[in-house]
Amino acid sequence: MKYFKLILSLVLTIGIFFALNTKFGSIPPIGKFLNPYSGVWQNETDESISGDISLPELIDKVTVHYDAQLIPHVFAQNETDLYRAQGYLTAKHRLWQMEFQTYAAAGRLSEIIGEGALNYDRQERRRGMMYGAEQALLKMEEDEQTTTYIKAYSEGVNSYINQLKEENLPVEYKLLDYKPEEWTPKKTALLLMYMTKMLAGGDEDIENTNALRLFGKERFDLLFPDFFDITDPIIPKETDWSFIDVPQTPNPNSEPILDSIAETIDKPDPNYGSNNWAVSPQKSSTGNAILANDPHLGLNLPSIWFVMQLSTPNHNAFGATLPGALAVISGFNQHIAWGETNATRDVIDWYKIEFNEDGTKYKFDDTWKDVTYRIEEIKIKGKETYKDSIRFTHHGPVVFDKNFKSDNEKTGYAMKWIGHIGGNNQKTFLDLNKGKNYNDYVEAISNYTAPAQNFVFASTEGDIALWIQGKLPNKWEGQGKFIMDGSKSENDWQSFIPQKFNAHTKNPERGFVSSANQHPVDEAYPYFVFNDGYETYRNRVINDFFNSKDKFGIQDFKDLHNNNYNLKASELMPYMLKTMDISNLTAEEKELYDIAKAWQYNNDMNEIGPSIWRAWYGILYNMVWDEFDVEDTAIDAPFTYQTIYLLKTKGDDAFMDIIDTPEKETAKDLFKLSFSEAVVKLNDFKAKNGSLEWVNYKATYVGHLLQALPAFSRFDVPIGGGRNIVNATSENWGPSWRMIVEMTSPPTALGIYPGGQSGNPGSKYYDNFIDDWAAGKYHSLNFLQNDTATDAIIGTQTLTPSK
Amino acid sequence: MSKNIINFITTLILAYLLSLFMPWWSVMTAAFTTALFFPLKKSAVFFIPFLAILLFWFILSYIMSSGNDFTLAKRIAVLLPLGGNPYVLMLVTGIVGGLAAGIASVFGKQLSLVLKK
Repeated sequence: MKYFKLILSLVLTIGIFFALNTKFGSIPPIGKFLNPYSGVWQNETDESISGDISLPELIDKVTVHYDAQLIPHVFAQNETDLYRAQGYLTAKHRLWQMEFQTYAAAGRLSEIIGEGALNYDRQERRRGMMYGAEQALLKMEEDEQTTTYIKAYSEGVNSYINQLKEENLPVEYKLLDYKPEEWTPKKTALLLMYMTKMLAGGDEDIENTNALRLFGKERFDLLFPDFFDITDPIIPKETDWSFIDVPQTPNPNSEPILDSIAETIDKPDPNYGSNNWAVSPQKSSTGNAILANDPHLGLNLPSIWFVMQLSTPNHNAFGATLPGALAVISGFNQHIAWGETNATRDVIDWYKIEFNEDGTKYKFDDTWKDVTYRIEEIKIKGKETYKDSIRFTHHGPVVFDKNFKSDNEKTGYAMKWIGHIGGNNQKTFLDLNKGKNYNDYVEAISNYTAPAQNFVFASTEGDIALWIQGKLPNKWEGQGKFIMDGSKSENDWQSFIPQKFNAHTKNPERGFVSSANQHPVDEAYPYFVFNDGYETYRNRVINDFFNSKDKFGIQDFKDLHNNNYNLKASELMPYMLKTMDISNLTAEEKELYDIAKAWQYNNDMNEIGPSIWRAWYGILYNMVWDEFDVEDTAIDAPFTYQTIYLLKTKGDDAFMDIIDTPEKETAKDLFKLSFSEAVVKLNDFKAKNGSLEWVNYKATYVGHLLQALPAFSRFDVPIGGGRNIVNATSENWGPSWRMIVEMTSPPTALGIYPGGQSGNPGSKYYDNFIDDWAAGKYHSLNFLQNDTATDAIIGTQTLTPSK
Repeated sequence: MSKNIINFITTLILAYLLSLFMPWWSVMTAAFTTALFFPLKKSAVFFIPFLAILLFWFILSYIMSSGNDFTLAKRIAVLLPLGGNPYVLMLVTGIVGGLAAGIASVFGKQLSLVLKK
């Protein structure tokens, strides 16, 4: 009996140890997680911002001053030390995020999360994320300086990881029960690929092909014109292009392949976008050029941005950095300021591949070319490694084939993507940080390949400029709108647009430059550019604003950042309200109709009009494009601008008819039908959630990177705006960094982002910027001119070389 | 001093000392060892170390989070989910440690019985 009890109690003891030390599904190992010695209680702390830290391999001492926003102001004696310190400090505040993002980029989430992420990982491998990062790394290694700095950055991150004790691991590691691995230059390359995917990872070739097959060329061209009837491009229309002496690639008149595919890989949110602009000294009320940038990305915690001042005796840069990449990405130094918006150019094309009998060769002109194989090993937590064999053609990886989202043995679809070509895009930012004038800026961006960006520029010398920079294929007219025949060499990208012929403008007559993801140029530009999802509203509001008066100051810039005017609604809703049959409105309908009628088209927080618009237009859009609701077919409905254009000018087109009903509907009928549905939807919402005010209906949140874990996220952020509005704050994306720089000497700058400098949910610096950001406030950026601490500094840490 | 109090105090001291160089399951080791040398009777075998460690971990976690306004404790109490109440999280923390210690103590007691003969 005694022995039985002994064995029973031993089993129980082992059992409780096992139960508390093991992760079950999403439940963390509860003993490890909660104990006060090494569990989450150890993360109940603010970061240390004083004292000395010894860092191996540092050449000289590095001083780090922290201000009240927890922005580190880094003073190093040379660039190698500077980037080593950047790596160390970024890891100190954002380690889990920077590592997690590179796992996501590489298609390695199964290692952390388990089998549930396998499909995601396969998709990212097949998209060629790992391959692209390897190509980029090769290009970066060709440059000695980049290699030195990127290595120093990696070692800086690793210095932090190596001194990290288990109890100090960021809380997410404890939650998911894993540990950080060594940082490498490849991870920096992966982070840059992640940005390339986010910003240049979208295309509609397959969807367009299906639309072309279903509706024919004439209808397709009506729905998806290369240019809308209105264009307010980034580069002013009056620009003279006569200096361009390399022609567009001649059209081989090849026929598109009218193929169908049921499902494509995930694409980045098409609503990601950004604004930037600058006014010249002549147009500035202070006589100094002023520049602004607000990239619209996912609103996440920890934020995608980490603000730093990075200086050596030879340069002094300040602004938003990307954890994982070197130098300031959107910011300024003593001489120049710069910022980016996405150029949205079509840099992905799809080729249909015809394989031979055993799938080892593919047809190309009169020959059969060998495919190369790349075996992607995907490690899975608690399971055997999954091996995916991906075939590569000279176009790129065969993403869709019999092993992935397709069942055809003999054909596949290969992806041609600028992201696979590689490029030293890190160098652009290293050089911009040191730039002194317009020429330095042009030189810095000239080798930049992807994701193509609209680089805005202003200098203390009074120049303003905007270059649309990226490595952009010189396509023949129509190339890459649809799936192409991969067996014909004429369909390959024949060349790239020479960099100096990329569209740009310097000190234009109108006294300002701006971009908001709209069409880069009008039809006068000699190279093929078509609308693959360009913005058509924010740009017009911004340009109208700058054309509205002579001089602009900082307050005007703030007002424009926070401008909630809904131009899109203002172009359709008055027409709907006027045209629709209102003779039989119910009492509920009448009530909302009157509110809609009184709305002045501002998406302010307390308005109900924006909620009505959102519900109404959403339903209307689906009614108009019910023809696009085709089973097992990847297809996208037309863009908003063209939808509104057709509703107003071709209200009796056959597309307006709802195909499931015997009646023949027109736009006017759809207005009423969708309005009635919207009223029901809105009143349901009201019954459930209390109020139809826009702030409530939109419900902006800033979500933690782990699927917006409620515990680590912020919900119901009080802010107006919305998609296609200059204040682009929608549900969970929006102005992820707002910066205004006046080009005084030295520059004076304001900046804020919806997050906080710390990645630790236990820190008061985790989300402390969100309220000010939502209220449209800015923080003064303390641009220190030397390493002497000012009143703004609350703590100083010195990094010293290890003896 | 009653055996209960001796066991209680020894468990606490040992748990503290072992925690300096051992992982979280040092509380199990502490309770197990204490039970070997100061065996208790009936339910006290389980409940004395259970209470000792519950108290120990509750107080430790209180001290750690009170200095930081319970910022993270409130969040973890949403994650788990415990209604966002940091004190409930402290209690759960204490119970987790106490449970492990109590069971280890029962094992210690059984082993002490076997070894005696």
